[in-house]
Amino acid sequence: MVMLKVENLSKKFKDLEVLKDISLEVNQGEVVAIIGPSGSGKSTLLRCLNQFEQITSGKVNICGDDMIVGQGKNGAIYAPKQTLKKIRLNAGMVFQNFNLFPHLSVLKNITEAPIRVLKKPKEQAQQEARELLKKVGLESKENSYPCELSGGQQQRVSIARALAMNPKILFFDEPTSALDPELTGEILKIIQGLAKEGRTMVVVTHEMSFARDVADRVIFMDGGYIVEEGKPDDVINHPQKERTKAFLERFTSLRSMASESDDVQ
Amino acid sequence: MDWSQIGNWFVMFLSGCGVALEIFAVTLVCAIPLGVLLSFGRRSKYKVISWPVSLYISIMRGTPLLLQLLFVYFAPKYMFGLNYDRLLAALIAFVLNYAAYFAEIFRGGMDSMEKGQYEASAALGLSKPQTFFRIILPQVVKRVIPSTANEVITLVKDTSLAYALSVEELFSIASKQTNFSGTITPLIIAGVYYYFFNLLLSLLFRFIEKKLNYYK
Repeated sequence: MVMLKVENLSKKFKDLEVLKDISLEVNQGEVVAIIGPSGSGKSTLLRCLNQFEQITSGKVNICGDDMIVGQGKNGAIYAPKQTLKKIRLNAGMVFQNFNLFPHLSVLKNITEAPIRVLKKPKEQAQQEARELLKKVGLESKENSYPCELSGGQQQRVSIARALAMNPKILFFDEPTSALDPELTGEILKIIQGLAKEGRTMVVVTHEMSFARDVADRVIFMDGGYIVEEGKPDDVINHPQKERTKAFLERFTSLRSMASESDDVQ
Repeated sequence: MDWSQIGNWFVMFLSGCGVALEIFAVTLVCAIPLGVLLSFGRRSKYKVISWPVSLYISIMRGTPLLLQLLFVYFAPKYMFGLNYDRLLAALIAFVLNYAAYFAEIFRGGMDSMEKGQYEASAALGLSKPQTFFRIILPQVVKRVIPSTANEVITLVKDTSLAYALSVEELFSIASKQTNFSGTITPLIIAGVYYYFFNLLLSLLFRFIEKKLNYYK
């Protein structure tokens, strides 16, 4: 079953076209990693799918619902509000900067939407939130506030918060980019666990090892285009396009430079 | 020094304190909601709304409160021959002026909210009113408490400007007594009242700030 289908998506900021003719499909249970240099449009793509950015043209279907129903002069015409809300609830989002609610405890961060939006009874929502906290290894933190947690812990709460809405597809926007390198592992491990559960996920990431080890498919973007797409091993280890090769080469040379300087220290 | 006279003044000024307190309370109760409304207007994406509101705020902040007090009372009088209650005129002027200041404080608080808070709320499916009342407002309240406290304390002292309209509040009573008695003591007593009221207020605000300090 196709959970996400994007056809010929284009996004312009005024005259600057930041996404060009993007088409992709994500099947149920698939984990897709989107990699590429800064400014390649990968985060903008996620933001378009989340209705944070206005799509200029193209088609988007999430879990069977069409987000775009037509084409107007100034941009794509969106589906009625009810449909857009349904799409929102089917799609979960994990942000680079966590965006936890600082004035709410960890537990309330997670239960707020299930109680207010899904109208779940408070007890049930709390019960489920505790189970999710256990899953992300933070069962002892339910009464803490976000400011009392490390970045990695905050990101784990934000994953639990997204999971509490039981989304059919999960988007991650560079979930480890705001974290210290030693904390990225704990987040990637959780995402790996979710992959094993068969969750459908699209992850924008700079973590090549994650893309290689966890993703079913890797999409390489550059300059607003999808340049290359395929199995992680093919894209990362045997890229076909020059642009992908150049990007990955720089990546590995940076890696080796970093490890060399570690050796010197 | 005549201690019994000082005691008399303290008692005599209580009625003035009452009037000052009335101006203070009515101004807060009316100017805060009005200020919230104005801050929405100021942030409106429709120029027909945001522009007049900006102009209003700019005028209220750019001219003396004393002038505004006299204007509110004397403009109807000289233009239409309309006489009305001086205290009411003072209340109107205070509310109009303070609403403008509160509007700017709330606008600043709203503007300081990170976009990510709105996006996280939207991604979770929270409606706009839910987002505002459950997520944004509680954080804005915390952020605007210090500058609101400043404004509130200034208001206590500003009530004395109603003196210009001969409203019988604390300051005008004290100043009259100073003229009658030829001593400065009545003004000092009024000062004591103002000071203690503000001391109470700042303790109250410190308590509120502490209460809201459970998160950063």
